[in-house]
Amino acid sequence: MAFPLFVWIKYKNSNVENSLENIVKQAEKELSEANSLAVVEEIRVACLGKKGVFTRQMKTLGQLSPEERPKAGAIINEAKQSFQTLLEARKKELENELLAKRLTEEAIDVTLPGRGQLIGGVHPVTRTMRRIEQIFNRIGFDVATGPEIEDDFHNFEALNIPSHHPARAMHDTFYFDEHTLLRTHTSPVQIRVMENQSPPLKVIAPGRVYRCDSDITHTPMFHQVEGFVVDKQINFADLKGVISEFLKAFFEKDVKVRFRPSYFPFTEPSAEVDIECVMCEGKGCRVCGHTGWLEVLGCGMIHPEVFRHINIDSDEFTGFAFGMGVERLTMLLYKINDLRLFFENDLKFLKQFN
Amino acid sequence: MLVNEAWLKEFVDYSIPTHQLTDKLTMAGLEVDSVTTAAADFTGVLVGEVLSVEPHPNADKLRLCKVSIGDVEPLDIVCGASNVRTGLRVPVATIGAVLPSNFKIKPSKLRGESSNGMLCSEQELGLAEAADGLMELPNDAPVGADIRDYLQLDDMIIEVDLTPNRADCLSIEGVAREIACFSEQPFHAKQTSQIEVTIDEKQTVYVEAAEDCPRYLGRVIKGLDRTASTPIWMQEKLRRCGQRSLGPLVDVTNYVLLELGQPLHAFDLNQIKGDVKVRRAKNNESLILLNEQAIELDETVLVIADQDKALALAGIMGGEASAVHDDTTDIFLECAFFTPTAIAGKSRQFGLHTDSSHRFERGVDPDLCYRALDRAIELLTDIAGGQVGPLTDVTSVKSLPTNNPVKFRFERIQRVLGISLDENTVESCFKNLGMQVEKSSSAWFVTAPSYRFDIAIEADLIEEIARLYGYDNLPQNSLNVSGSLAKVEEKVQPLDRIKDLLVDLGYQEAVTYSFVEQKALDLLTPNDEVYRLQNPISSDMSVMRTTLWAGLLKAMDANIKRNEETIRFFESGLTFTVKDGQLEQQQMLSLLATGQAYPEQWGETAREIDFYDVKNDIEAILSLNGVLSDYEFKPAKHDALHPGQTAELVNKEGEQVGFIGLLHPALEGEFDIKKPVYLVELKQSLIQIKDIPEYQGISKYPSVRRDLALILDEKSHVNEIVDYISKQYSLVNEVIVFDIYQGKGVESGRKSVALGLILQDKSKTLVEQDVEQLIEDLLNKLDNLFNARLRE
Repeated sequence: MAFPLFVWIKYKNSNVENSLENIVKQAEKELSEANSLAVVEEIRVACLGKKGVFTRQMKTLGQLSPEERPKAGAIINEAKQSFQTLLEARKKELENELLAKRLTEEAIDVTLPGRGQLIGGVHPVTRTMRRIEQIFNRIGFDVATGPEIEDDFHNFEALNIPSHHPARAMHDTFYFDEHTLLRTHTSPVQIRVMENQSPPLKVIAPGRVYRCDSDITHTPMFHQVEGFVVDKQINFADLKGVISEFLKAFFEKDVKVRFRPSYFPFTEPSAEVDIECVMCEGKGCRVCGHTGWLEVLGCGMIHPEVFRHINIDSDEFTGFAFGMGVERLTMLLYKINDLRLFFENDLKFLKQFN
Repeated sequence: MLVNEAWLKEFVDYSIPTHQLTDKLTMAGLEVDSVTTAAADFTGVLVGEVLSVEPHPNADKLRLCKVSIGDVEPLDIVCGASNVRTGLRVPVATIGAVLPSNFKIKPSKLRGESSNGMLCSEQELGLAEAADGLMELPNDAPVGADIRDYLQLDDMIIEVDLTPNRADCLSIEGVAREIACFSEQPFHAKQTSQIEVTIDEKQTVYVEAAEDCPRYLGRVIKGLDRTASTPIWMQEKLRRCGQRSLGPLVDVTNYVLLELGQPLHAFDLNQIKGDVKVRRAKNNESLILLNEQAIELDETVLVIADQDKALALAGIMGGEASAVHDDTTDIFLECAFFTPTAIAGKSRQFGLHTDSSHRFERGVDPDLCYRALDRAIELLTDIAGGQVGPLTDVTSVKSLPTNNPVKFRFERIQRVLGISLDENTVESCFKNLGMQVEKSSSAWFVTAPSYRFDIAIEADLIEEIARLYGYDNLPQNSLNVSGSLAKVEEKVQPLDRIKDLLVDLGYQEAVTYSFVEQKALDLLTPNDEVYRLQNPISSDMSVMRTTLWAGLLKAMDANIKRNEETIRFFESGLTFTVKDGQLEQQQMLSLLATGQAYPEQWGETAREIDFYDVKNDIEAILSLNGVLSDYEFKPAKHDALHPGQTAELVNKEGEQVGFIGLLHPALEGEFDIKKPVYLVELKQSLIQIKDIPEYQGISKYPSVRRDLALILDEKSHVNEIVDYISKQYSLVNEVIVFDIYQGKGVESGRKSVALGLILQDKSKTLVEQDVEQLIEDLLNKLDNLFNARLRE
């Protein structure tokens, strides 16, 4: 299609006036050679800007006769549109090139490690205690704590362990003086709670305990969680239920649980609770001493003598109590084979539980 | 305690296999710790008799023996044992025998002479750890019999871990009685024959401490055969219970202790001067014990004495002077009942723990003395002959313990165990346990046998019912108790939340011992009085910590020795201090940080942790609780910390929350530390107080920022200026400290501090003029108050 020559106009800063047709041809050529968006923009302004060739050509329509005007206008518009299409296409092309270039330039090694601070972790004992607390919280147990330096009354007397009781020999107590000692178990918290609160009570008491004993399987400090329930209708069946459910929840497994008679001065009847060995599934191994069973906690119905010491009527109220070693449960859960690791605070050990 | 099945079966005929027996024992409360065989596996060993012993032609130490093993041709066996002799009966491992450790006996030649078998020692049969010759069998050992049958070696040894309340089971008879109970088989108590008194000699005994010793029996025995030896069956039984044979006198008393549970003591009759007295020791009296230990006595200790001196520590251990020896022929055999309270605590006081004290402090059946003494004399005279004198019996009936009837309310079974049983079942359970039951309209009265002194109250009886019924058979419920919804205190920041925050900040939780070395506390908190253990496990664990830093520094040191460089620890736990004579146990949260601020990584310049890194961690904890500006870090002094890098944290109530600082350089050497270590210790209760937020309207108007670079004295505390601005100018929402500069362009002794002020009004858009006015006023005030000028 040929451009009708209306008026010779100038293109850009050229000194030469030329026909629209030639100018458009010239612009198209430049467009195809343009290697940046800035050049494209320059061409756009020269052609489509307020003083661009198309605008100016449009203004010349006035010089034509009314009959010629529509036809000539249509021709100019058509030329303008086709120029615009060309311009947009070129612009897009250049933008794509630019993007592609940027993308290539900005590519990084995503396999490099991330930057920043590492996180730490809680001690495995804390991890287990939280687990135990969570499980008991869910059935409404409160958490209580007590002092670690205890008196003879709370640690022994009130728990029906008078002086010279052979059970005291089982406790290897650290003493400060005749009546002051490091608690040998978390059971004194039982007494302290019952001194201050009335039944119904559902409490667990986690904490550090101390025994004057140190070898491969004993550290002079370790952790226990004591728990107890006192109410009007509590019996041994409830105790069996709570302990069995707890152990299944703790190990997330339908572990076999066995209650067998034992002796604690502060409970009667007393029971030792075994679970089927989690290492060998009851077949017998070194960890369970080839018995297939692992002793995990002690429990029993609270002894009437304990109630008597804190003025709770044992005809009206009954209760049960239990105590478990946190390190022992932790060792079973995470297959730790040396108790002493817990207090060496070796980062290579601790970090395994983060 | 070790018991063996062959011995148990003398008392009760049970037929269940060993593994069922041990299960039942465990489930009856007699926990079985282990089961071992009485002898290692071996076969083909027979009783032989040495018919002749000839010298070996080619070896001085070997001998050629002819050994009869019964109806077959005698065997030629070469033997090197020194005790081989004609007529000796010995275990003979015949050709084809397999000894322990799979040692097979084959025909062989020893220095040219054939040997068709081996004469054995106890060691070679796995019956002893060591032996210095052949095992000598009695002259009546049946030649040709299998040694396993003859010695009843196919026996199992069961180790029972008894709880302190079951002293009645501290004997073969006691355990057998328990087996009879649960297996419902008849129990045969050991019967003894009438002792024939053949001499008149009687030892006079005065019991001055009848409360401690309600019953004291004894007999004189004279003319014992000093050449007698303990029969092999007794040696074997003792061995299976873990006792070595030490001659007939000692073996018999040990045997009766193991069999019946009654400790006895034999005195050398000729070492007793005058009458025997059972009395409390005198102060400053002393005694040399059988084990040659010399002990100082006092009036709390019960002794057996003669007219001159203490002879024995009653119920615990005899004295050296009156002890029996291999050549003793005349003895006074004591069989007494000492009350548990007289013995308890004494063995520990002297560091002695004997089979005798173990039983007396837990309790021995007071009625057992007569039978046990008869049993011992019967055994002793069988082995070593001798003449027996009449019985000395000093019994104080009023001091003897008695088992009173225990009131038992039948309905308590349901109440405590959650199970309903019929009366007959319960009654037969009691009877099975040897208890007497009397019923009245309101309750039962149950009397325990004399050996069950652990039965004192109703709960004891309920436990017995549960035990015999079987804990496994008791029902199980889901807990259903009354209660109310949990109280959740919003004002209390849970410790777990703070711990989790520290974990996210890179801290590792440590758990260190609560007792530490005195020296560490002398350095860290020299002015705190410490709480000291009487019986520490070691000197570096002898005082209670007054600061958690002691443990954390030790843990750090151990990790540095394991090549860890960057360590961030926290610990939560009690510290123990004495204030005005009163012990305070205070829950603390402590931090330790040393090494690099960030893990070694690409793209960041490595730098060491400094004060402000750690301060930020504390600020993070404080921010959990509400507004950071409620707390103030004040320059402070602490014995353990660098005086120029220590701050005391104070809350808005003015309470001291804790300290943060750099370990004092003077202490670095003491703790063998080469790098800066930052320490924090906070009172946990004070950082667990949480603000409950109250909504403040949000300004709709834009905020403006103005940055100021101020020049101030280098010693001045920036926080005081920030604080002043925040408090005095309500339009200032926030003050950011974004740069501190010293050096070129700032005169020495001064520093440049760049502050960013965020200004905002709640009711209008701030115009330039408002801001200008505020800044001008502010600069004037800062100049007057803090000598702070705008940097040119």
